[in-house]
Amino acid sequence: MSAVIETHDHDDHHHGPAEGLTRWLYTTNHKDIGTLYLWFSFAMFLIGGAMAMVIRAELFQPGMQIVEPEFYNQMLTLHGLIMVFGAVMPAFVGLANWLIPMMVGAPDMALPRMNNLSFWILPVAFFILLSSLFMEGGAPNFGWTFYAPLSTTYAPPSVTFFIFSVHIMGASSIMGSINVIVTIMNMRAPGMTLMKMPLFVWSWLITAYLLIAVMPVLAGAVTMMLMDIHFGTSFFNAAGGGDPVLFQHIFWFFGHPEVYIMILPAFGITSHIIETFSRKQLFGHTSMVWAMTSIAILSFVVWAHHMFTVGLPLAAELFFMWATMLIAVPTGVKVFNWVTTMFKGSITYETPMLFAIAFVVLFTIGGFSGLMLAITPADFQYHDTYFVVAHFHYVLVPGAIFSIMAAVYYWIPKWTGNMYDERLGRLHFWLSFIGVNVTFFPQHWIGLAGMPRRVPDYALQFADWNMVSSVGAFLFGASQILFLFIVIKTVMGGKKATPEVWEGARGLEWTVDSPAPYHTFSTPPKVS
Amino acid sequence: MNEGSKKTIKLLCFSVLGMFTFSFALVPLYDVFCEVTGLNGKIELEATTNQNLETEIGRDVSIQFVSHNNEQMPWIFRPSESQIKIQTGKYHTATFYVKNPTNKRMIAQAIPSVAPSNAASHLKKLECFCFEEQELAPGEEALLPVRLIFDDELPDSIKSVVLSYTIFDVTDYNDLEMTDHHDGHEMEASL
Ligand code: HEM
Ligand SMILES: [Cu+2]
Repeated sequence: MSAVIETHDHDDHHHGPAEGLTRWLYTTNHKDIGTLYLWFSFAMFLIGGAMAMVIRAELFQPGMQIVEPEFYNQMLTLHGLIMVFGAVMPAFVGLANWLIPMMVGAPDMALPRMNNLSFWILPVAFFILLSSLFMEGGAPNFGWTFYAPLSTTYAPPSVTFFIFSVHIMGASSIMGSINVIVTIMNMRAPGMTLMKMPLFVWSWLITAYLLIAVMPVLAGAVTMMLMDIHFGTSFFNAAGGGDPVLFQHIFWFFGHPEVYIMILPAFGITSHIIETFSRKQLFGHTSMVWAMTSIAILSFVVWAHHMFTVGLPLAAELFFMWATMLIAVPTGVKVFNWVTTMFKGSITYETPMLFAIAFVVLFTIGGFSGLMLAITPADFQYHDTYFVVAHFHYVLVPGAIFSIMAAVYYWIPKWTGNMYDERLGRLHFWLSFIGVNVTFFPQHWIGLAGMPRRVPDYALQFADWNMVSSVGAFLFGASQILFLFIVIKTVMGGKKATPEVWEGARGLEWTVDSPAPYHTFSTPPKVS
Repeated sequence: MNEGSKKTIKLLCFSVLGMFTFSFALVPLYDVFCEVTGLNGKIELEATTNQNLETEIGRDVSIQFVSHNNEQMPWIFRPSESQIKIQTGKYHTATFYVKNPTNKRMIAQAIPSVAPSNAASHLKKLECFCFEEQELAPGEEALLPVRLIFDDELPDSIKSVVLSYTIFDVTDYNDLEMTDHHDGHEMEASL
């Protein structure tokens, strides 16, 4: 795609950012808000990561060593909630804010003030959630899936605050999605047809529709919990005619599309990076769009693969098994396209490319373990074991999170105007790559051997691999401090980046200066 | 902001409201679905209105009765007989023994479940203690009847059916006539 910029922004000087802290509080600039989201998610990543360190420290050896089982459960619950809703999702929203307006040639997001609001309610939500640690009865302890009646009848009193914070997170996501969709649908530069749209924009368009569809269902689920707990209804209480299994259906109707919400933007990012560093045009742009669309649609009819063991009738077990396996087809198309793009390309292995290649390989491993779990009779054995933990960490850590890191390395020269330190970036990659695999690969084995998930203690035969896994986790955790250091170093200074940054990079964002001026595309570029 | 954006925003807001409503609509939908298909082992909590279930020929089915107490429900609750042989197309009456060993007046609700679940829609009840709440004075005991029938369409592959009941404590402890404290209800007090 080629772009012609008709005019540069000449009025930068009287439209620069405000000074001081209020700049961040009142900002409606998509780049500022993107930065806020990214820093917020980084903070959450470190907090959630610290909790993971507590978990792995306790599991370092069998027996109860460091924390009480009650506290272990709270750590596990908060770790999951914070990583999903605090780290991965806001990071993608941050990237969307920074990149979508620049990629479609729009001056800003469509609803800048709502954009400000949707960011600033997030820290409030997580403040509430984290403060539950200090409440009587402790923080939520029922797992990130908050199954009733664990989260209703047996929940600590802080569950009400949990519900409130989930409502706020949901509102934030919904507002963010509305903004994304309106921007993409109505503010594209002239000449940018839907099919010419960059894949990251496409992936976010689809993600935003998924969010619009399922976040309200999540809100409904927690509202029903609230009513069961405080207003005497019985949505999930069998004594009053309700059904706890209904909770699982509603939760996973939200939950499965949610896992794709956490991976679709990663697909977009990976496509851009592989294209750039292979120095070839991406293979199969159109099929990528269709693959993402069909994955999104299918994600609504597979939710019960999380519930194979609740006692579904045979017909449902079979339906959800086949529907789940069907998703592997469009997923396979994507992996095929990435590999084909790299094939015979003149590849160089800068840090973003390293993370992107690792993404393709390790995400595929996660996809394969997902396929194993989709086989109903096999899942009867694997369900609620560490095999499931290994599966979803492979798709989420070297999947979603590696893609976010790749994106940061890839676009940070555009954001800051400085190149990151390539040597340190590669070191960070290799430490993370080794750490992630040492942590999560052995969890496949202990899971197949029968170790249940969500336990603070375990039988002796699982001891060795748990210790290995913990060592890997500490390595992975420590290497993220290096990441923080690299990011700060790049913000502070470094080799100046050219506007194009990467040789042959495609897309409108590479046509503006580095760092990108505070206002870009006040006059829309022409796309041909 | 242009007209197109306004339209998109309106549409999206409607979708959000629509999906929120849909999440609540899932509750009745789920119940209807379970009732129609008999999945989930759920059976109607109402007496059958079909008077013509009794037929001449019938085959043997064995039926096992199982009882559970939910949480800390202190009542003694068990079937009088744990297993009986009955014929399809014939009414049978079984009883469950129940006693309130506490010194409080308590109210209970029993919830039935049938396994295998595809037997559920063929098991009809003319009368069941699960149709209404049961109230027992301190120390009181009772024999609770259930009058049931299997219709002729019960699949041939099913030779044995489990009918289980779980009793739940549904006493309203806020009601002043009832007594003071009970586990599992401290939530309301502390929030
Ligand atoms: C080919 C694609 C995939 C297939 C076939 C698949 C299949 C499954 C199945 C069957 C389970 C349930 C296992 C059980 O609880 O017994 C599961 C769990 C899970 N999957 Fe996947 N999956 C796939 C991709 C993904 C992706 C892309 C993500 C997220 C980015 C993801 C995240 C999760 C999570 C978080 C859980 C566990 C939820 C929990 O119980 O806490 N999966 N997957
Ligand atoms: Cu799923």
